[in-house]
Amino acid sequence: MTSASDAPDRGFRLSQLIYDTRYRSLTIQVITLIVVMGAAGWLVDNTIQNLRVLGKDFNFGFLDNRAGYDIAQHLIPYTNDNTHARAMLVGLLNTIWVSLLGCATATVIGIFVGVLRLSKNWLVARLMTVYVETFRNVPVLLWILVAMAVLTEITPAPNAYKVNPATGEANASMILDSIALTNRYTAIPAVSFERSLGVIDTALAPVSLNVLAIVLVLAGAIWVNRRLLAHASAVQDATGARPVTWWKSLLLLLGPLALLLAALGFQLHGPTLKGFNFTGGTNVSNAFVALWAGLSLYTGAFIAEIVRAGILAISKGQTEAAFALGLRPGKTMRLVILPQALRVIVPPLISQFLNLTKNSSLAIAVGYMDLRGTLGGITLNQTGRELEAILLMMLIYLAISLVISGVMNLYNHKVRLKER
Amino acid sequence: MKKSVFFGTLMAAGLTAGIASATTLEDVKARGVLNCGVNTGLVGFAAPDANGNWSGFDVALCKAVAAAVLGDPTKVKYVPTTGQTRFTALTSGEVDMLARNSTWTFSRDTDLKMDFAGVNYYDGQGFMVRKDSGITSAKELDGASVCIQTGTTTEMNLADYFKANNMTYQPIAVDSNAEGEQQYLAGACDAYTTDASGLAATRAAYADPENHVILPEIISKEPLGPAVRHGDNQWGDIVRWTLFALIAAEEYGITSANIDELAKGTENPEINRILGVDGDLGPMTGLEKDWAVKAIKAGGNYGEIFAATIGESTPIGLARGLNAQWTQGGLMYAPPFR
Ligand SMILES: N[C@@H](CCC(=O)N[C@@H](CS)C(=O)NCC(=O)O)C(=O)O
Repeated sequence: MTSASDAPDRGFRLSQLIYDTRYRSLTIQVITLIVVMGAAGWLVDNTIQNLRVLGKDFNFGFLDNRAGYDIAQHLIPYTNDNTHARAMLVGLLNTIWVSLLGCATATVIGIFVGVLRLSKNWLVARLMTVYVETFRNVPVLLWILVAMAVLTEITPAPNAYKVNPATGEANASMILDSIALTNRYTAIPAVSFERSLGVIDTALAPVSLNVLAIVLVLAGAIWVNRRLLAHASAVQDATGARPVTWWKSLLLLLGPLALLLAALGFQLHGPTLKGFNFTGGTNVSNAFVALWAGLSLYTGAFIAEIVRAGILAISKGQTEAAFALGLRPGKTMRLVILPQALRVIVPPLISQFLNLTKNSSLAIAVGYMDLRGTLGGITLNQTGRELEAILLMMLIYLAISLVISGVMNLYNHKVRLKER
Repeated sequence: MKKSVFFGTLMAAGLTAGIASATTLEDVKARGVLNCGVNTGLVGFAAPDANGNWSGFDVALCKAVAAAVLGDPTKVKYVPTTGQTRFTALTSGEVDMLARNSTWTFSRDTDLKMDFAGVNYYDGQGFMVRKDSGITSAKELDGASVCIQTGTTTEMNLADYFKANNMTYQPIAVDSNAEGEQQYLAGACDAYTTDASGLAATRAAYADPENHVILPEIISKEPLGPAVRHGDNQWGDIVRWTLFALIAAEEYGITSANIDELAKGTENPEINRILGVDGDLGPMTGLEKDWAVKAIKAGGNYGEIFAATIGESTPIGLARGLNAQWTQGGLMYAPPFR
C-alpha cells in the first residue's frame, strides 16, 4: 500500500513546522496572530499604565453631565442645559444630514458629468474633464474653505438689508422678497400649518403628526402610482400599445397631497430682518452650505469617473443593438447602458459614499458642528476625556460606515447580473 | 530579519515609555530645551516676528523658566497650541508647561489633571463690536451672532450670560484667534468675545483699531496663568516660584538694570534670599543658587515685562488695574521667600 513517494513515518519533528509545506502556512499564521495579539495587548497595557500615571480613569459618566455650551445648528431641540450625550446626538445627526445630502448631490453630479464627459460635443466633454481634474486633484478641505470664503465674501451682512430711513432704500434686496443671502446664512421661508393634528413627544424629538400625515399620503400615492405603471406595462406586454399614464400619475401624486396641505392650512413664512439677524424663516448656515458644496463637488468628480468607467465597460455592441432597434441615444443610455453599467458602478460607489461621510468630519474647519465638533471637539476639550471621546467617535463612524456599506450591498445585490 | 526589527521597535517604544516617567526637571535638563506651549499668535501675549522669534507677556514667562532651569532664556521651543489642543499637549507630555492665556478653573485643576502654578494676569471676558453698530452695552446683543473660540471657558460663560439675561444669540464657532478675527472683520459675527486682554491685543493688530469698541461689561473672572502636569510637584514648584520671583522682584525694586549690583549683596535679607546671596532656596527645588537672578535677567521683573509687552505704552495699552502690586491696590502678591 505504501507508495515510493510516501515519506517514511518517523513521527512529528519540530523542524517540520518550518520546512514542511503542510505545516508552514499554519506556523506563519500562528506566529502572526501571536505578534498581533502581543502588540494589541502591549498597546492596551501601555494605555492603562499611562492613564494611571496621569491619575485618570476610564469612564463614560461625563456623557450624563450638563454640556453647558450652545450649538448653532441643531436638527433636534437642544439647549446648553442638555447633556453631553445629547450634544453628541446633535452632532451625529448633523453628520448624517450633511452626509446624506452630500451623497445624493454627489451622485447626481457624478452621473451627469460622467455621461457628459463621453459626449460627442467637444466643448462639453472638455469642460467636464476640466471639472473632474480640478476637483479630484485638490484636497477637499481646500474646496470647503473656498466655498466658505466665497459665501462669506461675496454676500452682504444681514444689516445691509436694513432700510435706510433717509433714502427709503436698503443696500441689498431679497430675492423674490423671500430669500436673503447673507454672509452668515441664507434665510429662506419656513413652512408652517394653521391646523395641527398634534405632536408626539418621543425622547429624541417632538414629531409633528402633520409631517407624518404628509409622509404617509406621499408614500401611499407613490405606491398606487407604481401599481398604475405596472398595469400599463402589463397592457403593453399584452397588446403592444402602452396606455397614456402621465396625467393620471400627476394627478395621483399631487392631488391627495394638495388636498391634505390645503386642509392643514399650509403656509410659507418669509424671513424678516429683526435686530441683528433674520428671523421667522429658516436660516441655512453658510458653514453647512460650504461643507455640503465642497463635499459634493469633490466626491462628484470621483463618481463621474466611476460612472464613465462603468459606461465604457459595456460593450459597444449593446449601443449598436439598441440603435438597430430604433432607440434614440437618450433612451439607449437610460434603458440599455446605464442599467448594465450599474453593476460596475455600484461597488466603487460604496467607497465614495464612505469617503464622503468620513470627510464630513472636516466640518470643524468652517464651524459646522458635526460629531467631530461636538463630541470630538468641545465635549472632549471641556471634560478632558480624550480617550473616551475619541474611542466613542471611532465606534460611531465605524457603525455609520457599516450601515452605509450594508445598505449599498443590498442594492448591489439587487442590480447585479441575474443568472437564469 | 523583519521580525527582529519589529521586536526591536517594540522594545525601544517600551523603553521610551519608561524614560518618560523621569521627572520633568530631569527631562528638561537632559533635553537642554524647555518645551513651552503658547498660543498660535496673539500680539503682546505670544507671537512670532518675521524671523520666527517669539515675544510677548506669556513668552516672557517661558523665557524666565528656561533661564532659571537651564541658565539660558533662549533655550525654549515654542509650541503653538489652539484652545482645543493645549491641554492634550500638556498632559501628553508634548510640552513641559503651558503659558497660553489659560483660565484657572476647578475642573481643569482637578479632573483635567493639570496644576495651575499661579496667575500672571487677572482678566475677565468682554465683547468687542464695530463702532458703527451703535451698540454700547452687552445687554443690547439680543439676537446677535457672536464669534467664539471653541474649547475655551469663554464659550461656557457666553452661554450662561445670555441665558441669565434672557437673550438669544447665534454662536459662530472658530478654532483660533486668527479665524475669529477674520470672521469678525468680514462681518460674519456682530460681536467677538474672549478675554478682555485678548480683545485689546486683537484690536491693536487691526488696521483701524479706532473703529472697534470693547463693551464695558466684563461677564466673568478669568485668572490666566501657567499650567503644568498634575503629579510632578517639584516642577510645579519651579514654575510657581519663578513667577513669584518676577512678581517679588517688582515689589522689592529688583530690575534688570540694578540686578547685577544687588546680586553682590544688599541690606535687605529678603532680596538676598531671592537672589541666592543668602540661604539655599534654589537647591531646595533642584535649581542653582542664582536661579532667580537668571530668571529676572531674562526679561526684567513682572512690571518691566508687563510694560514692555502689553502695558500702556504699547499699542495694546492695557492698564495695570487688578494686575498691579498689592502695595498699589492690585492683586499681585508673592508669598515670602524664606
Ligand atoms: N482664557 C480662556 C480663553 C483663552 C483663549 O483661547 N484666548 C484666545 C483669545 S484671547 C487666544 O489666546 N487665542 C490665541 C490663539 O488662537 O492662538 C480659556 O482659558 O479658556
